[in-house]
Amino acid sequence: MSHRNSGEDLGPKKGGMQSGARAGGFHPEMSEDLLAQCMHCGLCLSVCPTYALTGLERSSPRGRIRLMKSVMDGTIPVAGTFEYEMNFCLDCQACQTACPAGVKYGELVESAREFIQVNKKGFKLKRLLLRTFFVGKSGLRAASALLRLYQKTGLEKIVIFMSGVFPIGILKRARLLPRLSDKFAIDILPEFVEPKVAARGGVAILTGCVMDAMFAEANLDTVDVLRENGWRVAIPHTQVCCGSVNGHAGDNVTARALAIRNIEVFEGTQADYYVVNSAGCSAFMKEYVKLLADNPQYSDRAKKFSGRVKEFSEFIYETGYRKPKSKIESTVTYHEACHLVHTQKISAQPREIVKDIAGDNYRELNESTWCCGSAGIYNIVHYDEAAELLDRKLENINRCDARTVIAGNPGCLAQIAAGAKNGRMDLEVIHLATALNRLYKSEK
Amino acid sequence: MISDGVKKKLRDLFGKSCFLDSTEDRIAYSYDGTALLSSLPDAIVIPSSVEQISRLMRLANGEKFAVIPRGSGSGLSGGSIPSENSVVLLMSRWDKVLELDRNNLTAWVEPGAITGKFQTLVESHGLFYPPDPGSSQICTLGGNVAENAGGLRGLKYGVTKNYVLGFEVVLPTGEVMHIGGKNMKDVAGYNLKDVLIGSEGTLGIFTKILLKLIPLPQASRTLLGFYESISGAADTVSAITAARIMPAMLEFLDKPTICAVEDFAHLGLDKNTGALLLIEVDGPRSAVEEEAAAIESICRRSGAKSVRLAKDEAEGTKLKAARKSAFSALARIRPTTILEDATVPRSELAAMVDFISETARRHGIEMGTFGHAGDGNLHPTGLTDERDHAGIAHVESAFDEIFRKAVDLGGTITGEHGVGMAKKKFMESLYDTPFIQLMRKTKEMLDPNCVLNPGKIISVSPRCEGALPKSREQIERLTAKMENPSEAYF
Ligand SMILES: Cc1cc2nc3c(=O)[nH]c(=O)nc-3n(C[C@H](O)[C@H](O)[C@H](O)COP(=O)(O)OP(=O)(O)OC[C@H]3O[C@@H](n4cnc5c(N)ncnc54)[C@H](O)[C@@H]3O)c2cc1C
Ligand code: SF4
Ligand code: SF4
Repeated sequence: MSHRNSGEDLGPKKGGMQSGARAGGFHPEMSEDLLAQCMHCGLCLSVCPTYALTGLERSSPRGRIRLMKSVMDGTIPVAGTFEYEMNFCLDCQACQTACPAGVKYGELVESAREFIQVNKKGFKLKRLLLRTFFVGKSGLRAASALLRLYQKTGLEKIVIFMSGVFPIGILKRARLLPRLSDKFAIDILPEFVEPKVAARGGVAILTGCVMDAMFAEANLDTVDVLRENGWRVAIPHTQVCCGSVNGHAGDNVTARALAIRNIEVFEGTQADYYVVNSAGCSAFMKEYVKLLADNPQYSDRAKKFSGRVKEFSEFIYETGYRKPKSKIESTVTYHEACHLVHTQKISAQPREIVKDIAGDNYRELNESTWCCGSAGIYNIVHYDEAAELLDRKLENINRCDARTVIAGNPGCLAQIAAGAKNGRMDLEVIHLATALNRLYKSEK
Repeated sequence: MISDGVKKKLRDLFGKSCFLDSTEDRIAYSYDGTALLSSLPDAIVIPSSVEQISRLMRLANGEKFAVIPRGSGSGLSGGSIPSENSVVLLMSRWDKVLELDRNNLTAWVEPGAITGKFQTLVESHGLFYPPDPGSSQICTLGGNVAENAGGLRGLKYGVTKNYVLGFEVVLPTGEVMHIGGKNMKDVAGYNLKDVLIGSEGTLGIFTKILLKLIPLPQASRTLLGFYESISGAADTVSAITAARIMPAMLEFLDKPTICAVEDFAHLGLDKNTGALLLIEVDGPRSAVEEEAAAIESICRRSGAKSVRLAKDEAEGTKLKAARKSAFSALARIRPTTILEDATVPRSELAAMVDFISETARRHGIEMGTFGHAGDGNLHPTGLTDERDHAGIAHVESAFDEIFRKAVDLGGTITGEHGVGMAKKKFMESLYDTPFIQLMRKTKEMLDPNCVLNPGKIISVSPRCEGALPKSREQIERLTAKMENPSEAYF
């Protein structure tokens, strides 16, 4: 990339971001037109968590869009404030839901991040780590094994204790490490399982890397709930990470390779739908069609693939599910993961299910659509800001007096559970599939 | 540019974290909600006390730089857009409600409090603050007072000034002044309160505001009337007035606006409708039901194709939220959305709407119109693309004609958004010379060095616009700007 990284020359230079994005090619629409769509009315400011944190226009959607325009014009450098603000953004896309003018903010910020990556030269630790840990199962396995050892040896307790005493950097981060499941669901489950009642069709599930490492139970519950409702479930063992972690961090090269691999693997299952219980993964897999739009060999297959992807709650709500005979016994509320409500506009379906299985114990959560601060790896990179958002979420949960929080994304589950644990709150945080399966199981 | 010496003084006054002058921050405060206008400030300051603001004003008078007060920057006439040689004074962090007096039904607020949040708070106490601009979820009460903002409930409840009992204000020369109090009646002295309300940040900086509250109406009911054309809608408005019913809301949307709102909010509006009225009545429950029924039959008699009654308040709220998004939703159609707020006496509504669509046709431009039908406040909205200079010129000449027509019909150039920079040039055609002279003298008297938000509403004297240009490049830039005012930025 020849684009300058220095702010000395403020002369206009058209098309910088545009060509950068094209070089990456994820969002072909990322262009001047997309930026011009913002009429700077400011209606999005009220829903933006980072604007609420700093009160500064540059940390707002409207401000960030203006900075993107300025980078395109060549009036500000890529490095420095621009890069900081693009990464400080949670990519929660609450602004996209709020924007009446239809500005596709999510696409803009992801293109901007890719642009930043393309512009950088040299060794990039973050990307290397992401590539190592999220690409193959083996990478994540190695990381998980280390983490499990750390948690089992009791070292964790010492670190957590120390972090209370010296609340600094890496020690504080250690608190966020979730308890890992003992085993990956994908290691326990066979490649195919039959439904428990008369078959309605076949689905394949993505076990997800974070989901499977931290919440293998949720995967087992997902399979059970699907079987309980007449679905034959394929669990392809050769599947790989959906690629979202790389994609959101601006590394689309890796994301594309992962997408191609998954397309091949999932096609092999012959399933009608691909059910995904992690909001971040389902959102990203629905976008494979865009990710591979320029790839002549895979564009059509990606389109079919994305069409088959269904988020778990969306799937069971739309195809119909058997109502459990009993209701959840504690007070329950529902937290809306950004990648469900804002990215996929899935809000009523999971809420209706939760209301249904909670009965009178359902409590509505104030600011249910506000990001909990987890946002991928955000809570590690921006620890303090994420902690403030988490506090806000926990306070709202406290106020509605819920003992159980249901959410549809592993990041949110881990974040809220870690917060509850640190605040010594009596709170259980579970996936919708787990809540539902517990009721099914109790019938037996 | 403000000199480094002055910047140092500002940094010392506000502290390092509350003085911003990076290019990125300056860009982020170079615009507000107004189309086509933007210009870079030299710095942004975030005050933490009235004393600091007062010292800032004294420094500005001494060093001759401009101060631009800013709330959330949702203004639509360029009121908070920086001028040359200026510092933005950011008030949005002053967002507390200081006191809610339930015996006197008043509230002391800081100017940065968000209008919508304040409304939710008082409503949770059974109280009501009626002024609700379409931007209520983001605009500040200080910005509302500075613009004398109106809103959807203006017809029955009036506008911001009807709810301002008093304030604390820092004058352009730095003195701190107090006006008003909790008395519902107060005639001591000139009514200077109303001079400062709506002064668009040119006569003083509000630092504390005392607002009047009223009891929350018991119930409300929302209806939609769908019409083939504007004339049926206008007939309905007259018939409702003649029936001596005073709706809380009487809003109008034309066809392009209906389509844009439907695309955003998915309410099931019929996109083939020529005109739509959104009507809300509120008050005691029994009266509300009666009035809603009466309005329904008036709509049908005046030629409505169909009438839809919101089944409950929740659906009514949804419909109103959709109306509030009308302006931004129109922006879906084209990248640049130029909104105006020509206002005419109620009786001229149909004539004005017809003139607007005829003018748009004649100039070959896309235009959507919506607005507060009940009070004749219309928002003709030109849809274009700022990169298309010929298109922009067409929109501008269409608006010229629309404003002149509004004035001919006995109307005005702005019903609620203010004059700011955007409508300055129409002031002379609206008012007679003594009026303009008195406004000028008022500004000169309160702000002798013209340092507070210069160049807004009226031009006072050239020295207002900042330091005299010295170098050749500065002079060339200025002349280029005069020839092409829309390219003020970079
Ligand atoms: C989608 C949309 C819908 C809108 N609908 C309406 C509507 O229905 N009715 C209506 O009237 N307006 C409407 N507006 C316009 C705008 O929201 C109002 O003018 C509002 O009052 C501006 O508030 P703000 O906090 O954003 O002020 P800003 O835009 O930041 O500033 C507006 C003016 O107030 C001055 N100012 C701000 N704070 C202070 C202070 N503390 N002391 C002194 N001066 C100050 C500024 O210098 C500037 O001149 C709408 C705008 C948008 C984007
Ligand atoms: S992103 Fe949308 S809501 Fe936000 S300022 Fe731009 S147009 Fe307005
Ligand atoms: S994605 Fe979320 S954090 Fe980022 S600008 Fe939008 S609302 Fe703010």
